[in-house]
Amino acid sequence: MHWVIEPGFFSSQPVHTALAIGGVVAVVSGVVGVFTVMRGQSFAGHALTDVSTAGGSAAFLLGISPLLGFIGLGVIGAGSMDAIGVQRVRGRDLVTGVVLGAATGLAALLLYFDTTSHATTGATQTILFGSIFSVAPGTTPVVVAFSLATVAIMAVLYRPLLLASTNPDMAAARGVPVRAIGLCFMAALAVAVGLSSLAIGTILSTALLIGPAATALRLTRRVGAAVAAAAAIGVAATWIGVLLAYDSYSWGSSHKGFPVSFFIVAVTFLAYLISGVTRVRAGAREG
Amino acid sequence: MTTGEGAVLSVEGISVSLGGRQILDDVTFGVAAGEFTGLIGSNGAGKTTLLRVILGLQTPTAGLVRIAGRPRRRRNTAIGYVPQKVPLDPDMPMRARDLIGLGLDGHRFGIPIPTERRRAAIDEMLAAVDAESFADARIGTLSGGEQQRILIAHALIGRPGLLLLDEPLANLDLRSAQEVVGLLHRIAVEQRVAVLLSAHEMNPLLPVMDRVVYLAGGRAATGPAEEVIRSDVLTKLYGHHVDVLRVHGRVVVVAGDPDVTITGPDLAADAVI
Amino acid sequence: MFSGFMTNAWIVATIVAVIAGVVGFFVVLRGSAFPAHAIPNSAFAGAAAANVFGFNALLGLAGFAAAAAVGVATLGRRGRHDVATALALVMGLAIGAVFLSRSQEYEPRLFALLFGEVLGVSTTDLLPVAGLALACIAGILVLYRPLLLSSAVPQIGEARGVNPFRIELAFLLVVAAATAMTVPVVGALLIFSLMVGAPAAARSLTNRPPVAIIFSVVIALLTVWVAIAASYTTNWPIGFFVGTISAAAYAAGRIWFK
Repeated sequence: MHWVIEPGFFSSQPVHTALAIGGVVAVVSGVVGVFTVMRGQSFAGHALTDVSTAGGSAAFLLGISPLLGFIGLGVIGAGSMDAIGVQRVRGRDLVTGVVLGAATGLAALLLYFDTTSHATTGATQTILFGSIFSVAPGTTPVVVAFSLATVAIMAVLYRPLLLASTNPDMAAARGVPVRAIGLCFMAALAVAVGLSSLAIGTILSTALLIGPAATALRLTRRVGAAVAAAAAIGVAATWIGVLLAYDSYSWGSSHKGFPVSFFIVAVTFLAYLISGVTRVRAGAREG
Repeated sequence: MTTGEGAVLSVEGISVSLGGRQILDDVTFGVAAGEFTGLIGSNGAGKTTLLRVILGLQTPTAGLVRIAGRPRRRRNTAIGYVPQKVPLDPDMPMRARDLIGLGLDGHRFGIPIPTERRRAAIDEMLAAVDAESFADARIGTLSGGEQQRILIAHALIGRPGLLLLDEPLANLDLRSAQEVVGLLHRIAVEQRVAVLLSAHEMNPLLPVMDRVVYLAGGRAATGPAEEVIRSDVLTKLYGHHVDVLRVHGRVVVVAGDPDVTITGPDLAADAVI
Repeated sequence: MFSGFMTNAWIVATIVAVIAGVVGFFVVLRGSAFPAHAIPNSAFAGAAAANVFGFNALLGLAGFAAAAAVGVATLGRRGRHDVATALALVMGLAIGAVFLSRSQEYEPRLFALLFGEVLGVSTTDLLPVAGLALACIAGILVLYRPLLLSSAVPQIGEARGVNPFRIELAFLLVVAAATAMTVPVVGALLIFSLMVGAPAAARSLTNRPPVAIIFSVVIALLTVWVAIAASYTTNWPIGFFVGTISAAAYAAGRIWFK
């Protein structure tokens, strides 16, 4: 047992915070992620991470909690993308791409100000690649609150969202406000992205959003089961990532350790690849 | 049923089975230069599959396709193809005449050299399909009928011996459909091109069709329209009773299964069972 | 700002802008938005690896970018295109971050590779960059017709014998080459802006493909030149200027078009 779990793991306070925040965030990402993949909005999800980057950088500069910056600007970004969104698929990718660019550019500027004005190093690293081990314990209740709210919203939106995502014309015919639902979903997506940015950084949060969800959708066709599976896979990946990162501090001679975000992303990627292999093995009856 | 030597297109015993389903079963027919042939069948009857086999995009389980007497090869520029439902981005910076030009050499590497000969060929095509008025417009902004004509010009500019069209009339209103049919017939006759087009509605084609390939359940009945579109022939093809009615020059095929009923567009709906 | 070591920067900037304008035209035409984002991120990992293991940065950039191009084209053949590229994109960044974390100057190197650096390409790399640029141009010239046809009307391209997978692979390799030279200057996260904003604006100005490419190059040149000058003067990151100018160009194009 010693070589799998390094001593001090279970008693370490930062580890507790990391497991708690990571676990909760993974659940939200999994739930929202399944719909993101089903709606083919992975690219929009990725664009929102860059908007979050700008938000986090701004928050850093202003000295307020990065989480609020991530989520705040993310929601505004989601709203703008929806407002200027284009119907055609190609046009939509273009718009999100350009928003992504402007937001990233802004983030670059803000991070530059961070490093020159604050003399606090590591702003870039923290925002882009996460800081789950150095999150203040007081943040946990806030994270949990946002997560519960998001999951609750998803539960309420579940059926109309499912219909609007799979068959928008029929949904509209049944009186489902497809456009409004889409907007609500984008807001939930922004919050999910903001939350996971805290854990593994803005740039890598896409992996937690899409990886477990895509893996789950490969394993099951039923949406309810996929949501549960995505959450489970996400939590597993996050906890394994935290464990491995903690362990890595005692690897090699430099004792620098490897970033948590890297492990989490690697595990989700691995899970996706493995699910692909099992699907091929399961036979060609899928046609 | 087969037109032999001299046929531009010769389909011999083509069968295709996919995933346990027999999509095409021993289909045989030929199209000669200047002939206008309609490939008729309801949705799912196998029309697109047959066209894909002819184009070389689908390998048949059995049978052979000959183009101008030679067995079909992968890259065969003797066929002009107009696909079904082509979504064109209105923001795409390409004019109608640019797309037509690509019909000459779009499959070859390198850049197009704007020679006088190239320009003349494009202008000739634009005139042939009556598209001069919107030659310089963006292809994505054209109406369905206008796009159709540009795609036809694109397919024809390489002077193919065979022109294939996949459901070209599907999304057109009646007048546009009749215009396209008239245009295609003119092209077939004037340029001695073999034309094969698929449709699930045969009435717009009746005035100009030389031959018909009627697909049902993967099997085909082929020949001149008057010989094929008959109750006894279609009953044998479908395997259950089918009536063919002729009302004011329009054809109505009435079968027991509502899926395979084909009616003329301006007939009362109660002709359908 | 035009003398000494800045001469190099201006030359590189010009080359980069021309390539971005030309290649970007086809990126927009094909709607290759997402895959064209994954390749720069892999290039980033390559540059990071080069930094840690001590080999030439350009080699790392080009090598990893090419690998990503092959990966995206192959993965795209089978499963869901957007999920596969999303994950590959993120893995590239994660791996790059890990490599960089092993080095001494983690923070500044990270920043430069992600958000750009005016002096991103050293004088010794100028010749290889020019070589890569020529290779890109040659590639686009050779692929021009089938690329145009299969991008505009894919079904016809296929029927004419243009293999869609091979064209996609060839094109993505050109994008990889373009990326390798652009990332050090503009930054892995902003290269996409440059490659998309300029051509997207350009196509509002003309109906003809060759003219659109020329406009795309002109707009890209203006973007990069202004960005370099502004970054040199204010010391602000070059990526900020590239991002905002590209977005403004795109917005102007859409308003003009209406």
